[in-house]
Amino acid sequence: MTLATVDAAATLATVPTAVSLVDMAAGYHDRIALEDINLDVPVGSLLAIVGPNGAGKSTLLKVIAGLLPAWRGTVSVLGAPPGGAARRIAYVPQAELVDWHFPITVSGVVMMGRYPGLGLGRRPGRGDQEAVREALIGVGMLEHAERQIGALSGGQRRRVFLARAVAADAELFLLDEPVTGVDATTQQDIMDILATNAAAGRTIIATTHDLACAAQCFQRVVAVNRTIVADGPAEIALDPEMLARAYSGHLLMLDGNRVMLDDAHHHDESGAERHFHDDGG
Amino acid sequence: MELILEPLAYPFFVRALVAAILVGTVCSVVGTYVVLRGLAFIGDAIGHAAFPGVVIAFLLQVPFYLGAAVAAVSTALAIGFVTRRTTLRPDTTIGVLFAGTFALGIFLFSTIEGYVADLFSFLVGNILFISIGDLVGLLILGGLILAAVALLWKELLYSTFDPLGAAASGLPVGRLEYLLLILVALTIVVSVQAVGIILVVAMLVTPAATAQLLTSRFARLMGMAVAFGVGGAVVGLYLSYWLDVASGASIVLVETALFVFVLAFNPRGGLLRRRRMLSPPG
Repeated sequence: MTLATVDAAATLATVPTAVSLVDMAAGYHDRIALEDINLDVPVGSLLAIVGPNGAGKSTLLKVIAGLLPAWRGTVSVLGAPPGGAARRIAYVPQAELVDWHFPITVSGVVMMGRYPGLGLGRRPGRGDQEAVREALIGVGMLEHAERQIGALSGGQRRRVFLARAVAADAELFLLDEPVTGVDATTQQDIMDILATNAAAGRTIIATTHDLACAAQCFQRVVAVNRTIVADGPAEIALDPEMLARAYSGHLLMLDGNRVMLDDAHHHDESGAERHFHDDGG
Repeated sequence: MELILEPLAYPFFVRALVAAILVGTVCSVVGTYVVLRGLAFIGDAIGHAAFPGVVIAFLLQVPFYLGAAVAAVSTALAIGFVTRRTTLRPDTTIGVLFAGTFALGIFLFSTIEGYVADLFSFLVGNILFISIGDLVGLLILGGLILAAVALLWKELLYSTFDPLGAAASGLPVGRLEYLLLILVALTIVVSVQAVGIILVVAMLVTPAATAQLLTSRFARLMGMAVAFGVGGAVVGLYLSYWLDVASGASIVLVETALFVFVLAFNPRGGLLRRRRMLSPPG
């Protein structure tokens, strides 16, 4: 072993690991969705999980969140087995899974981030209200604090849930499709918020359909199609060879470097988002 | 004024009034979660499942609410367990349990010989016949339900709104769901004498549904539901007394009338006053 590799190993060891999966497999009922998953995510990462529909992106996120048990292998999240460090984890579901007509305000949703830490029977106090206020300022939503969540635009809705994760003081953000179906400006705003939180030492793992966004706004990309088919710096999201492996069947190769993605789900979700706008306005 | 004060001279009416206020409060508080979670059908099923418990309690000469509580809670837990563990659609398994338990009640009911008007009143409700012993038992049970919600309202709220987010951040979402089903079962036990097994789901759902048409804040929704639930129960009780009609029917009809009125005329987009949807939430 040369001195240089010893140095490299020492440097690696000083960055603690937020998420570690070894030989993990998981699925639903009797159907396997993921297998042979090996993944190490250092603290402070800004990582995108990409892949076609049904590839297991959301499943991977749910295993890390402790929402779905692994069938095999080892799962370690913030130094604990799944669910063991739950208070330090914030999970944001896909926007389409949220009941936007629910009788709750923006600040009410953000306050929920404080609930698990409060304990039974304790009402939110001044400190919790201050944390909610600061989180809302952080995502630029303070002026909307008292609006019902259904009255917000698609991008504003995503920010409310990011503020909830911030108010929870979570160290690990697990976000299911945080930028799907929002316009480019909003997407940039959301990614700026995520980058700020990553720089502050929080670990951020997000699934996304948007390969351009994954390549431009994340530090690292993991491509999933039943197993991890690529893992590297963000540029790999647009690498034709990676795309061919991850998106086989959804992909049309135009020439050496250009590809077209036939991803029906993505269009559906954009449609659903427009529907939300109509509903709200 | 005379119409309101005169019945208060009778102890049985005062007992009924206390029961009406209790039932209106407990049903509306628990019913707020039932409406937000879409558990109306489960509430109906648990209500019917209480019937065999009431009949068995009658046969064993124990207070009806003990039998009703055992039957309703065990059915609630069975529904929770079966809907999680099978691949059948939840409404299918609930439908099977619903009819099966009610059939058991009718089977036992039909084995009893002689005068069973007492028992029949549990099907349609008669709040005016409530005994002081039963009322004390129901007050204690109602107090326990309200105490449980007071202790866990925010955990129940979070897991109702976003079960995945709540579970990931450490709330015991599965156990909270079972707890809510138990609270629904006990609420039904508190309510069966007032409105009867067949109509009890209306007490759970109607006040909260009316409130949901009027506000988009959780705390206000629960407060308004309690006001509608208590108001409907008290007005329905007086109607039952003065018109000499079944109390369960009159209470539910008052609450339904209020719901229909709000549905038609409420300022936030009533069916007869459709306006822009993006009004500031109230």
